[in-house]
Amino acid sequence: MALIEARGVRKAFGQSLALDGIDLSVDEGRIVGLIGPNGAGKTTALQAMVGLTPCQGTLRVLGLDPWKERGRLMRDVCFIADVAVLPRWLRVWQAIEFVAGVHPRFDRCKAEAFLTRTTIRRTSKVQELSKGMVTQLHLALVMAIDTRLLVLDEPTLGLDILYRKQFYDSLLNDYFDRSRTILLATHQVEEVEHILTDVIFLDRGRIAFGRSVEEIELNYAEVAVRPEQAATARALKPIDEREGIGRRLMIFKDVDRRQLAALGEVRTPGIADLFVAIVRRRTAATDGGEFQHQESQAREQGAAR
Amino acid sequence: MSSTPNAASGFTLDGAPAAALVMPWRQFYWLVQRELWENRSIFMAPLTAGLAAVLGSLVSWARLVAGIPAGVLKPGASDAGAVNGLIQQPFYLASLLIMLSTLLVAVFYSMSALHGDRRDRSILFWKSLPVSDLMTVLSKASVPIVVLPLVTFAVTVATHWVMLLAGSGILLVSGQDAALLWSPFFLFSSWLMLLYHLVLVHGLWYAPIFGWLLLISAWAKRVPILWAFLPPLAIGIMEKIALNTKHLGAMIANRIGGAGDGSTFTAGGISMDPLTMLTPIHFLTSRGLWIGLAFTALCLAGAVACRRSAGPM
Repeated sequence: MALIEARGVRKAFGQSLALDGIDLSVDEGRIVGLIGPNGAGKTTALQAMVGLTPCQGTLRVLGLDPWKERGRLMRDVCFIADVAVLPRWLRVWQAIEFVAGVHPRFDRCKAEAFLTRTTIRRTSKVQELSKGMVTQLHLALVMAIDTRLLVLDEPTLGLDILYRKQFYDSLLNDYFDRSRTILLATHQVEEVEHILTDVIFLDRGRIAFGRSVEEIELNYAEVAVRPEQAATARALKPIDEREGIGRRLMIFKDVDRRQLAALGEVRTPGIADLFVAIVRRRTAATDGGEFQHQESQAREQGAAR
Repeated sequence: MSSTPNAASGFTLDGAPAAALVMPWRQFYWLVQRELWENRSIFMAPLTAGLAAVLGSLVSWARLVAGIPAGVLKPGASDAGAVNGLIQQPFYLASLLIMLSTLLVAVFYSMSALHGDRRDRSILFWKSLPVSDLMTVLSKASVPIVVLPLVTFAVTVATHWVMLLAGSGILLVSGQDAALLWSPFFLFSSWLMLLYHLVLVHGLWYAPIFGWLLLISAWAKRVPILWAFLPPLAIGIMEKIALNTKHLGAMIANRIGGAGDGSTFTAGGISMDPLTMLTPIHFLTSRGLWIGLAFTALCLAGAVACRRSAGPM
């Protein structure tokens, strides 16, 4: 059974739709990246999944309704919403005591062990720690909780590169195993790209794309096309084309790699490039048709009623 | 897919005990502990008030005995009554001072309890833990209604002890009879009355005030202090203009100034009226108390509802 199951999830803030009919299903043991620009609805989607905001449609996380059963859900789910949410007055030892006191699955020894590898002092207040240290502390708390699902919303925002790298390394080495699942939202795609097993692109409240990394490797290819081959390449209908250094970079979907090899160097497209390609196509399809977009929205809203 | 209770047991990791649970009382304990960590004024304010009372009374006693020849002050002496009053007065003033300090703390605490963590975004951390909103609100409500009255009592008794020992020292050094402070041991009865007053008045009778403030702190996006005080004021004034009555004002004044029969609250802060000791039944069966408690429950239910959809601001 899927850990997260969403069917037609919608969320409106006044007139604007933050989530416009999300369908997704996340299985156990995956590391799923929810990727999109600011305002795409990533935070809203994650907050709905951890019961911080109500939504329409069907949403089940670990078989529970997050909005109605948040207290129970959070026994098995951990959530880090960017890094700056630990209260400033809290001392490090108090944080450990408190989480140990209220969380049934917290392993104090694990948290302590993680902290000893940092320079964080137990008597420090959060406000005395650097932003990177606060993240380490939060991570130490979260990784010591034996949860099935970890939800991260821009977890490394505002951190310097060293801490960002360390964050994902710790996550992968000390936390993740095949029985756990991580769902993470970010717009800094490059730094999570290598750890993801699945990718979901969110664009204006809708899922523009959802594939496993294997599927992407299988179905998508980026070719650095030599200029003299450009016309031949275009005949194969690339989904995106952009300027490279002395090459035309084209992304193809479902085209035989052997065929593409003749055009230039073939590789799997980076997630950021793929994102741009797919979102650009969507925008092109709906532009010139802003009316069309609104019309289809209106139709769907009518159907939802 | 369903959310039957059985579904949850399927979510434990292999071999892990099924329902890993923190007992509610244990969670509650840590939630209250968190409030004490965050709001150090819960202890610091009454302790400071107690310290001020100790210092003040030392000066007062020192001045009192300075002008009296040694051996004059003793129990049973002809003018002991008047002197007794002067010697015992600092104890009452100390109780009053400590009580006022914790009342102020209670009011300000309640107004920010469910507001501060939304403002500093830490609500996102608190809500990432398996604690229900009801539990959170109850733990915060227990601070003004239960914790602060008990802290007031403990600090007052401790302060009185320090004053007793220090006062005895002054009397002895100046050659007077320290028994003046010890016999009859008037403090025991005043402690009992203090406890009675704190539990019934500060706890139960004032509960709707704290319930209201907590509701506002859970609901208001900005400046809860204005939302807490302006609407009642505005409604009171409108009532006066439109109907030329003062029911709301009278009701609030009665809530703040008098506990039901009005006899448990005196200008001195602690009721020294022995009758109140005899009428807890009267108080506990008074309509005002129960209407107040029902109002408190409504406010807290509203605060839970607000808290549920609350996010960072």
